[in-house]
Amino acid sequence: MPTLALIVAFLATMLAFTFLAGVGSASADEIDTDKYQYRISGNVQLDGKPLENIALTIAGNGVDTTVKTDKNGQWAVGVPEKNATYTVALDENTLPTGIAVVNDADATDETPNIKDAEVGPGGRVTVNFFIGEGERHVTSFADQLVERIVNGLRFGLMLALAAVGISLVYGTTGLSNFAHGEMVTFGAVMTLVFSRGVGLPIYLAVPIALVLSGFIGYVMDAGLWRPLRRRRTGIVQLMIVSIGLSLAARYTFQYFIGGSTTQLVGADQRPIQLFGSVSMSIIDMVSVVISIVVIVAFAMWLLFTRIGKATRAISDNPSLAAASGIDVDRVVRIVWIISSALAGLAGVLYAYYRPGIKWDMGAEFLLLLFAAVTLGGLGTAFGALIGAVVIGLIVEVSTLWIPADLKFAAPLLVLIIILLFRPQGILGRRERVG
Amino acid sequence: MSSDLTAPVAREKTTGLHIGDAKPGVAKTDPIIIADGVRRTFGGLTAVDVEHLEIPRGAITALIGPNGAGKTTLFNLLTGFDKPDSGAWTFEGHSLSGVPAYKVARLGQVRTFQLTKALGLLTVLDNMKLGAKGQVGERFWQSLFPFLWRKQDHQIEERAFELLKKFKLDEKSDDFAASLSGGQRKLLEMARALMSEPRLVMLDEPMAGVNPALTQSLLEHILDLKDEGMTVLFVEHDMHMVRHIADWVVVMAEGRVVAEGDPISVMKNPEVVDAYLGAHQEIDLGVVTGRYPAADAGKNKASKESK
Amino acid sequence: MDWIQILSNSASSIISPATLAYALAALGLAVHFGFAGLLNMGIAGFMAIGAYGYAIGILTFGLPWWAAALLGLVASAVFALILGIPTLRLRGDYLAIVTIAAAEVLRLLFLTTAFDKVTGSADGLFGYHASFRASNPIPEGTYGFGPWEYREVDWWVRILGIIALILAIITVWRLMASPWGRVLKGIREDEEAVRALGKNVFGYKLTALVVGGVIAAAGGIVYALPSSVNPGVYVTSLTFFVYTALLLGGAATVFGPVIGSLIFWVLQTVLGNVLPAAVQAGYLPFMTSIQAQTLKFILVGIALMLIVIFRPQGILGNKKELTFVK
Repeated sequence: MPTLALIVAFLATMLAFTFLAGVGSASADEIDTDKYQYRISGNVQLDGKPLENIALTIAGNGVDTTVKTDKNGQWAVGVPEKNATYTVALDENTLPTGIAVVNDADATDETPNIKDAEVGPGGRVTVNFFIGEGERHVTSFADQLVERIVNGLRFGLMLALAAVGISLVYGTTGLSNFAHGEMVTFGAVMTLVFSRGVGLPIYLAVPIALVLSGFIGYVMDAGLWRPLRRRRTGIVQLMIVSIGLSLAARYTFQYFIGGSTTQLVGADQRPIQLFGSVSMSIIDMVSVVISIVVIVAFAMWLLFTRIGKATRAISDNPSLAAASGIDVDRVVRIVWIISSALAGLAGVLYAYYRPGIKWDMGAEFLLLLFAAVTLGGLGTAFGALIGAVVIGLIVEVSTLWIPADLKFAAPLLVLIIILLFRPQGILGRRERVG
Repeated sequence: MSSDLTAPVAREKTTGLHIGDAKPGVAKTDPIIIADGVRRTFGGLTAVDVEHLEIPRGAITALIGPNGAGKTTLFNLLTGFDKPDSGAWTFEGHSLSGVPAYKVARLGQVRTFQLTKALGLLTVLDNMKLGAKGQVGERFWQSLFPFLWRKQDHQIEERAFELLKKFKLDEKSDDFAASLSGGQRKLLEMARALMSEPRLVMLDEPMAGVNPALTQSLLEHILDLKDEGMTVLFVEHDMHMVRHIADWVVVMAEGRVVAEGDPISVMKNPEVVDAYLGAHQEIDLGVVTGRYPAADAGKNKASKESK
Repeated sequence: MDWIQILSNSASSIISPATLAYALAALGLAVHFGFAGLLNMGIAGFMAIGAYGYAIGILTFGLPWWAAALLGLVASAVFALILGIPTLRLRGDYLAIVTIAAAEVLRLLFLTTAFDKVTGSADGLFGYHASFRASNPIPEGTYGFGPWEYREVDWWVRILGIIALILAIITVWRLMASPWGRVLKGIREDEEAVRALGKNVFGYKLTALVVGGVIAAAGGIVYALPSSVNPGVYVTSLTFFVYTALLLGGAATVFGPVIGSLIFWVLQTVLGNVLPAAVQAGYLPFMTSIQAQTLKFILVGIALMLIVIFRPQGILGNKKELTFVK
């Protein structure tokens, strides 16, 4: 098909353009300083002379920004939170040859090019590096890759928790649920309410939030989706109703928690170095374990329990399932409760991963969910699982080549390209495509 | 269909269609479609595997066979709605392999669907006008200037009314097609297909879902097509109908053509009785003929015959 | 509460550039969703292309304003082709996912610091008005009466916006009243049936995607004309708001999108004025004025749900001609 070749060529050019520009073009020396009121700034000099175009990455509390120094060697980045810690990393590859970040007199930091910057009550902090002749502290490509893959798997498993839910709902009811992102936010917000608000310890707040998430799933099904199914509302109408619900829910969150980012307890935990350049905090490790355990349990449920089998039967052929005596309404109700609880759990884990809770955190998550579900093949729960892991890997690994602020664009672009060649997704059946 | 149907006035059957013995793949004196080695598999299942098939011109040919014999799949392949794994076929000498469905239709080979596809939110008249070929006003830039297409549109409208009158739908011309009964929709679909002035009309189960009061006129309409010089190929389960109106019968089973011949002799053929009638004895005829509407679920997918 | 001021603001919003922009975008979406049955969830992306194409055309390529506007329209047509060619052969929900994803990719590309020099990243683009203002034939001064009193620049924006809207309305109305529109509506109902009648369904869908996309991009340009281009505007919420405006008026009508956008913005203005005023006056003691501003967006979401459930054909739509793709 010549048109296909044309599109591929076009997309490839677009990609190449993205990569080239990502490497070549200069960034601003002041980023987000008018967007956020707090700032981190600094001055990069070598023996009193300013260095231009040195790249620094500032990360933490929902920020991941790369900035370059101006001709006076100065840079500044706006950040959303005060009384919070950010990491500032200087990219030594952008220093002149033979020059590196060195340690102050008697310090023995292995990575002096990475520093923690604490933005205090004043809301401003300056970070400077000691620069001189010396050996660079660059992480090898292999180490970076391993680190990214580990992070990608972590993100992908978390994504999978929500993706299997959205996929089950689609499979059993035909609804592409745009409000699923808000169910993710709901779990995180409820955890916030019960930990920071009520003052419960986090290990109690999370279970309460998950129970409430499941309950919200039940309420949505009983109060909205089941009556609409009864009315035989078309699937496109249902989809737009879910968009309305998503908007209403999203702004309801903003109504109560405002527009800023709030951290859960323990989000500032110190990462522990595991191997290579991979490091995780205790909470990160617990997150991974929880994701794996829950996903395995979910798969068991889907494969071996009566309800799980019924769920798959309905996804295959709803009228046949109904005719063979399966109580479709009951199964759909259970699917809603489970997928809502799973989404809530994904929300809690995502709040630690981002890190931070924000009213529209679910909206950015939703598109990745759709990408995962489509990639795996619409309506197959295991496809969604694999799709989610692939998306997670793409998000993290792509940052080796493209700017970090484009990391959510990469999987969406990959999704579009994959749909060109395999419209049924990775695991989908060809015949399903019309 | 029940047995209390009164037989229509018998019209002359067309004979002398084939050359040599009436066996599967027999050559025709004047074929309109010639298919060779057409195969289509779904997963591991072979839905259609036709070695050689010729459809006679100017006659009414019935395609019969048990449920899942691959009739609708063959229909979809011949009309470009599905792509075969291998094989080639021609329509009036044009090779149709790989030709998209809309171009097949433009060549004069038009089809209807098992589940009627009346365009519910268009009026009956608009449905009809949509059928006409070569409309200037259907091109993007021309459509913006009504003086370019108004005259042609009027002519098309007149032709549409003539056909609607013939199909006794003229009083409903301003109604939405969704308001028609199942049988009326079948009629509308057929009339709409005729608007394109086809040479070959392919009807997928024209009797499915039609109430007995309308069957008679539907049969007459199909016979009229032949009188007007068109070739008809139809899929049907109803043996009465096949016997009454078909000049030639092609029997399929498990994707293959197992027998061919005139209706009388084919129905005596033991292989046909075996493959088709025998297979039917345990099955509820209502289900087989698709007369029970498929559950709301697979509305769009149902036209694709499943394995 | 200052009711006179509130009424005046609301009346003024009837011909605000935002209302005109929404009307254009909703009209483009009507071509996609209402008439052709294409589930385009990326209308914000088309608007962004129009707006950025216009601003970049002036700032980076140094084009005069009208050529830059043309660039925005052409870019959106190209965007429609790139989206449509791979996806229009697929099932409808794939188009929804691909368009929403593509719009988001686009927004991230405009937002990234990698292209800061061209796109202005998070700051967006501004200061591109010289050529447009120089072309203004209206002499300096303030014109109009009552709530519709604007400076000559603001009138120039509104006049061009209204001209663009009228042109778009005439085009869509002509198209949909023609045999071309008949085929398109047929495709919305059942594309296989239309294909069986010898129509190039894919070609029609692609043309419709381009036409609607160009109209929506014109909306993006009108939005950008008076002030600046800000990447924070072109989020998925914008797509949803345009859907709300469209469905409010009636998806498969020509004037529905216009009326819908008008109602949408007048209501937004009324609520945006009344709610904070009510808070200040102490009528809503449990609410801050920031919360009052958020409340109006919650109401948009609820309104969207209610319209789709209880009046899916919109205000102008015919119940029988209710148009939702299956």
